Amino acid sequence: MIDRDTVLHVATLSRLELHDDEIEPMARELSAVLGHLETIGELDLDGVEPTTGVLEDRSPLRADEPTRSLPREVALDQAPDASDDGFRVPSPQA
Amino acid sequence: MTAYETVIGLEIHVQLATRTKMFCGCELVFGDPPNTHTCPVCLGMPGTLPVVNAEAIRLGLMIGAAFGGVLAERLVFHRKSYFYPDLPKGYQISQFDEPLVAGGRLGDVGLERVHVEEDAAKLTHAGASGRIGGSTSSVVDYNRGGTPLAEIVTLPEIRSAEQASSWLRLLRETLRQLGVSDVNMEEGSLRCDANISIRPVGDTELGTKTELKNMNSFRFIEQGINAEVARQTALVEAGERVQQETLHFDPRTGSITSLRSKEGSHDYRYFPEPDMPPVAVPDELLQSALAAVPELPLERAERFRTELGLHEESARLLAFRRALGDYFEETLGAGGASADKQQVANWIGNDLVRRLEAQRKDDEAGETDTDPAQSKVSPAALAELVALVVDKKINRKAGEQVLDVLVAEGGRPQDVVEAKGLAAVGGADELRPVVQAALDANPDVVEKLRTGNMKPIGAIVGAVMKETKGRADGGEVTRITREILGL
Ligand SMILES: [Zn+2]
Repeated sequence: MIDRDTVLHVATLSRLELHDDEIEPMARELSAVLGHLETIGELDLDGVEPTTGVLEDRSPLRADEPTRSLPREVALDQAPDASDDGFRVPSPQA
Repeated sequence: MTAYETVIGLEIHVQLATRTKMFCGCELVFGDPPNTHTCPVCLGMPGTLPVVNAEAIRLGLMIGAAFGGVLAERLVFHRKSYFYPDLPKGYQISQFDEPLVAGGRLGDVGLERVHVEEDAAKLTHAGASGRIGGSTSSVVDYNRGGTPLAEIVTLPEIRSAEQASSWLRLLRETLRQLGVSDVNMEEGSLRCDANISIRPVGDTELGTKTELKNMNSFRFIEQGINAEVARQTALVEAGERVQQETLHFDPRTGSITSLRSKEGSHDYRYFPEPDMPPVAVPDELLQSALAAVPELPLERAERFRTELGLHEESARLLAFRRALGDYFEETLGAGGASADKQQVANWIGNDLVRRLEAQRKDDEAGETDTDPAQSKVSPAALAELVALVVDKKINRKAGEQVLDVLVAEGGRPQDVVEAKGLAAVGGADELRPVVQAALDANPDVVEKLRTGNMKPIGAIVGAVMKETKGRADGGEVTRITREILGL
């Protein structure tokens, strides 16, 4: 069972704000997810390569050739806030 | 009192010299206006897919091959999760338990690994003017975000700040000659973090380490490490414990401050990158990387030492500055098999470089290395000059005068010797009467010489030099003097 402190720790890492009444349900849900993984853990998987994705092993390598970048106005347009030339964010040092 | 030993491991980030980013085709151009090289991939837009730049992998493999590490047979990427505005996706695509290169060694320091990853964006902290809801704002430039990086991690085998900085110089020169990176510390294409701990001499367990971040010059690295070692030593001697933390060294004040921890930022929750399943390193890419590794500074220095018989110091100087090494080899080629290799090395490494650097100071203050091949002194001319001196056709002083002329105007040494009348006063036949005259004029000196005290010989050499206007060979004067006096 995932405890309250673990939920709060993971929430902090994920920059999620949890209200007090959300913590206990979250702990229950996360525990259920882990419980499911434990079920998988009961299988005998000796010698089976971990599956990290379901895509085929196609060569994903790309030649080092420039492609067109976005016009700056278009890029900055996607942001909630921007200065003339950059994405404006709350200072992480504040 | 307990004596302490310093234990240092380095983590070096090098921007790889590709044309485009690690996972998208945005072009890399240092110094362009902010946010002019971005796309949905490097801005971390939902639904985009990263595609690996093959050239970044090739350059990473070259580094691994140069260090003799074990090269991975497949590429496996992981997500390293942390939230910071310089990382638009909320994670960095990096490598975790299967780095591109495992092990290896450069000079006196072993390597743990080399892995490839993407660089973060550049964050500019705006002043108080740009406030958002009461807190100061920052501005992000994503041009740098996604630049291919190789992270080189050493084993904790470094024992002093001086060793750290001299090894880093070797690393930088090696990477430069490999051609895998600009290795420009000021522009941030080579950045260094140091993990530092101390332990009582004789202990084998490592002490608690601190991480000194982002030092951008060799001098600061040395100063920073020394300051941190002093801080840790003082703590331990006061009976306190070193805390594991990330530190910043301020070169202006010499002080060390704790970087406010990015709350649990060391909890990176690595997991396999689902957008890029592991893929085999294509054989042609591997072969191309192996074939591209040139002779590197340490190997070249070793060859200069063992095959050409140069002194250690000359060998390193010429091997660590490629332009000098190339010029040296060309001069040897022009001088034929008979060239005195150590003499050629001395003339290039000392006399020629000193003159070219002095000349450059007058012209322009560039950061680029002095390259004799760009000067007016051709390798053939230098070979001829060294031969004239070695064969005692001119003495060393005259040789230096000839070199002055060659550096300023170019030309052939023999022509300069003739034009300036610098030819050495010929063999013993020509020199002998002059030496005899000097001895006759200095009976007191002769008396001392006869007692076996050779110190006053300088007076005789001086007199002969004066008479021949500096064209005599000092060693020859001494030899003739001994002959005349029967010493
Ligand atoms: Zn891009």
